[in-house]
Amino acid sequence: MTAPTAERATDRRRGVPPQPRPTRRTPLRTIAWHGLMVLVCVVSIYPLLWMARSSVVPESEIFSSPSVIPSGIDLSNYPAGWVANPPGFGQFMLNSFVICVGAVLGNLIACTLAAYAFARLRFPLKKLWFAVMLGTMMLPGHVTLIPQYALFSAIDWVGTYLPLIVPKFLATDAFFIFLLIQFMRGIPRELDEAAEIDGAGRWRTFRSVMLPLTVPALATTAVFTFIWTYEDFLGPLIYLSDLNDYPVPLGLRMFVNAMGNSSYGQLFAMSLLSLLPVFITFLLFQRKLIQGIATTGLKG
Amino acid sequence: MLKAETTAAARSAAPVRPGGAALSGGAVRGRAPKPRRSPRRRGEARAGYLFLLPWFIGLVGLVLGPMLVSAYLSFTEYDLFHDPVWVGLDNYRTMFTDDPRYLQSLRVTFTYVVASVPLRLAVALGLALLMNRTVRGMSFYRAVLYLPSLLGGSVAIAVLWRQLFGGEGAVNQILALVGIDGPSWISSPDTSLLTIIVLAVWQFGSPMVIFLAGLRQIPQEVLEAATVDGAGAVRRFFSVVLPLLTPLVFFNVIMQTIVAFQAFTPSFIISNGTGGPVDSTLFYTLYLYIKGFGEFEMGYASAMAWVLVAIIAVFTAVNFLGARRWVYYGDES
Repeated sequence: MTAPTAERATDRRRGVPPQPRPTRRTPLRTIAWHGLMVLVCVVSIYPLLWMARSSVVPESEIFSSPSVIPSGIDLSNYPAGWVANPPGFGQFMLNSFVICVGAVLGNLIACTLAAYAFARLRFPLKKLWFAVMLGTMMLPGHVTLIPQYALFSAIDWVGTYLPLIVPKFLATDAFFIFLLIQFMRGIPRELDEAAEIDGAGRWRTFRSVMLPLTVPALATTAVFTFIWTYEDFLGPLIYLSDLNDYPVPLGLRMFVNAMGNSSYGQLFAMSLLSLLPVFITFLLFQRKLIQGIATTGLKG
Repeated sequence: MLKAETTAAARSAAPVRPGGAALSGGAVRGRAPKPRRSPRRRGEARAGYLFLLPWFIGLVGLVLGPMLVSAYLSFTEYDLFHDPVWVGLDNYRTMFTDDPRYLQSLRVTFTYVVASVPLRLAVALGLALLMNRTVRGMSFYRAVLYLPSLLGGSVAIAVLWRQLFGGEGAVNQILALVGIDGPSWISSPDTSLLTIIVLAVWQFGSPMVIFLAGLRQIPQEVLEAATVDGAGAVRRFFSVVLPLLTPLVFFNVIMQTIVAFQAFTPSFIISNGTGGPVDSTLFYTLYLYIKGFGEFEMGYASAMAWVLVAIIAVFTAVNFLGARRWVYYGDES
């Protein structure tokens, strides 16, 4: 990523006369700095490396040395772990995928609609609703947990994915509304005003002008919704009871409970596998994720 | 592109201002209501509410409504299958006078918040300072260091933690290399909470990224000026960098505290849903879950939820009050 570098460079050039800075950035210091950074990085991801190594070595080796370099590579834990607990990890992954697609769609649609109203339209009591929306962002979910459960239980939704998905279509993740509002405010008003002068209605303006321009923020919303939904544990724990419906976190937990002392390798293999979708998303959208954090201060 | 986004960072740093004035400012174009609305304005108002409709349904049906219901339930005995029975303040009274496990969960959670939030932020700030330079490979380092923050909340990591800090886990293997015979961190009541605090500190990535963005906002001229005036690196940090960074420190403290009070998954997985050993990892939310969904004392759990809201509100308020002493905003004299 070169953008920050470029930005810094222009920053430094601006206004400051170029002058020699004798004490800064000698090659030796840069090398030392890189050495330090590599060390910090290794310490930081050591747990992950250890898990990766433990998933490909024989059981006896896992707890006999703290090394992250395997003596040999034996991938048999992966296929074994994949089918070890019926209905199998493939089913858990599929279930997670279904829930995530629903949640992402819901958040994208509902939060964008609400954000457009707050960012662009004038209506009575707008200030009040905006304040309420911000308030719900700070509210611990536990306050609504039990009545929501009672509600979903009363309409027979417990045991289905609906309690995990439908709330997203009702924009209950106010955080994303806020993120989208922030982004939409940055879009020049002239663009949608021009559309309206050309005779486009609110909906048309929203769909044809605002929505395409909001795509970067929509991507951030989608990525974060996916990761949070994929990692969510409490929701599925409360609402799902049938093994066949379990998403990955519950499947993994069952693995822990069901296993004797003899399948750590499989456990680590499946744990690592369960991190893979998040990891791949991270690789693909790294910039977006990090900027999402930096610009909105959301939790990671 | 990046320029625009970093200004967005500055803008969103604004919400941390006391009173939240910056949050609503600019958001809402407050106009004096005209006595007669033009048809156009009426149409706009209708459109506004139509766009907000899904959010409204969610707000009433899934947030405000349930809040009222849970406030009511907190004064009742309720097990989901029978009608709630009014018991007045009994739930609240029991909590503080007749439920040692509840008090234990408070102790555990407070310890966790007070230890993990400052430590996590200190690590985040330290690394952000270390990384605040323009070097090749920076985005790689940043990505690697951010990774634990992204994955840390998952069940897989909690599972991993149990093994890392187990009796024969990698942590003790490493300690053995330097001749220390470590305990089984997870199964000893003295150290089990510590492992969860370490797990929290390990997830320093997101505050680090926020600090890093903040450091990049500090005008180079200011630092150059300080250098010209003879300030060394340490002096520059304490007199220039840190004061300019305090709004972000404050923002991170608020957000991380709120999140930390609600920590759930690690304690659940690491203690296998019990809060053990000997309730040493009985987090507030875990106990709430046990009460509500294990013992079906949903009235009691609702009361617990409201006390949690109160605790978080008090912590946030105290933070805001204290902030006047140490948070520096450039535009105030």
